[in-house]
Amino acid sequence: MSRDTLSRAEPVTPKQRAPQRRQRRASRTEARNRRAAAGFVLPFLALFGLCFIAPIVYAVHQSLYKTERTGPLGLGGREHEAFAGLANYAHALSDDRFLTGFGRVLLFGAVQIPLMIVLATTLALLLESAGARGITFFRSAFFLPYGVPGVIASILWGFLYVPGISPLVKIADSIGWDVDFLSRGTVLWSIANIVTWQFTGYNMLVLIAQLKAVPGELYEAARIDGATAWQVARHIKLPLIRPALVLTCVFSIIGTLQLFAEPMVLRPLASSIDSGFTPNLHAYSEAFVGNNQHVAAAEAVLLALVACVLSFGFLRLVGGRAKERG
Amino acid sequence: MTRPPVRYRIITASLLTVAAIYFLVPVYWLIVSATKNSADLFGTFGFWFSEHPHPIDHLVDVLTYDHGIYARWFANSVLYAGIGAVCATLLSGAAGYALAKFPFRGREAIFNAVLAGVLIPGTALALPLYFLFSSMGLSNTYWAVLIPSVVSPFGVYLCRIYAAAAVPDSLLEAARIDGAGEARIFGGLGLRLMTPALVTVFLFQFVHIWNNYFLPLVMLSDSDLYPIQLGLTSWTGYADRQPVLYQYTVGGAFLSVVPLMVLMTVLQRYWRTGLTEGSVKS
Repeated sequence: MSRDTLSRAEPVTPKQRAPQRRQRRASRTEARNRRAAAGFVLPFLALFGLCFIAPIVYAVHQSLYKTERTGPLGLGGREHEAFAGLANYAHALSDDRFLTGFGRVLLFGAVQIPLMIVLATTLALLLESAGARGITFFRSAFFLPYGVPGVIASILWGFLYVPGISPLVKIADSIGWDVDFLSRGTVLWSIANIVTWQFTGYNMLVLIAQLKAVPGELYEAARIDGATAWQVARHIKLPLIRPALVLTCVFSIIGTLQLFAEPMVLRPLASSIDSGFTPNLHAYSEAFVGNNQHVAAAEAVLLALVACVLSFGFLRLVGGRAKERG
Repeated sequence: MTRPPVRYRIITASLLTVAAIYFLVPVYWLIVSATKNSADLFGTFGFWFSEHPHPIDHLVDVLTYDHGIYARWFANSVLYAGIGAVCATLLSGAAGYALAKFPFRGREAIFNAVLAGVLIPGTALALPLYFLFSSMGLSNTYWAVLIPSVVSPFGVYLCRIYAAAAVPDSLLEAARIDGAGEARIFGGLGLRLMTPALVTVFLFQFVHIWNNYFLPLVMLSDSDLYPIQLGLTSWTGYADRQPVLYQYTVGGAFLSVVPLMVLMTVLQRYWRTGLTEGSVKS
């Protein structure tokens, strides 16, 4: 997804012969254009400003202030806002639990995203291969979990994880396998399973869409040349679905950093999930349990920054490599 | 076309079947469990029905518990997602149309800001948005969830790309010469030509709002305003003390999943076209 292909400029006004008339006409068209465009864009822009730009500005502002009390020893008295510089950021970055949470989601992403993308690609290639039967059924079955909201999916899998209700634990017990999906060591991967379950089918559909855009003659030609199904997949299909792969990776990275609903819902079931399990959970408890808006704002800003750096960084990385290859 | 050897077809079919089992088993468990009461939930094997399944009675229990609060949550979800997605679609359609069809200064700057908006994680915004809205006295109202839901940068991006390709300039010019106003041209011509993209934006936004948990969680404290997701988690939170809520949570989850899954399956075609529009053309 490179910038210049996204923003395609349009040629506009039809050409006129007489230069004077053209000028007058052009300036009138331009004024008219500007007025009409403003009418169409402004409603969206106003709300975009309120819901995207203003919160960012407000969060940055909040993150630079702190609440002080005028009373003795900082107790009682009236509260007032005082400039704090980068103190809130220092506080957030020196908080071990916040940093551990970051490390945890990065580890999560490094393992879960490749796994999910490989699974989605495999399923897409299998469904698009000549050997598949019952394609409509399988495609719907794989895509179905995307229609289950993250919270419901977590409640569902939570029941499948928790001993006492879970038939999975019961089956494991009966074959003598002592399994605990919610222990300190396993709970992160139990969450990874929920996310994989939910989004593999969606990513698969994106990849299938791109596969369908590949002209059929290309496959036919390769087949006539004697290429095996595996060679066609490896050397023709995979390179061609690269843009879609990049897209799904970027959205997965952004999604992973925001990890919240799954650990939040599983928390009552798993004591191994603390209030700093993910950065988002940490910011949330800082704001609503610790009642510390300013630190929470700093953490939200940090989270948005890391998401931007990672997703732009990833785009640069794959973009650069594509250029090297020509 | 030559058919691949039997060996390949068997391997393909078995891999696909294993994957289908993985994706369908939790849904199957939900269907089975929605017919059980709390005792059977704990006492019987999860992947098979109990001896006395009572699907209808249990679902009625869910709907009538606590003066029908579940129905209210459901209505709230429909309201947030329905109104939010309709408004988001119209706003994105208009903005995308203007960004594609009217050259004006600052157009690229606006478009780049919108693209940046696509990449900003929504939950990183939700907390600051809550601070902002509560300072404006808007938190804990319907507006607190509705207003952010009508803004869809991704929708604008999709509509711009689609309008650039699907709305011919010559047609607009002809309508202008006929004396039609810009608003009428957009309403009569633009919207009609952009319909496939608009359907996709509507679907995306509907599911996005329906699934959104973090925003209502931070914004709302009055349980009368909750969407389903938030309501169900409040039930699981009390289930320790009131075990019957386990049963209601399962029933409620079942009821909330059904309409969306039907929607997904029926409208799969639109998802595909929409995604092609977004990813392949770049």
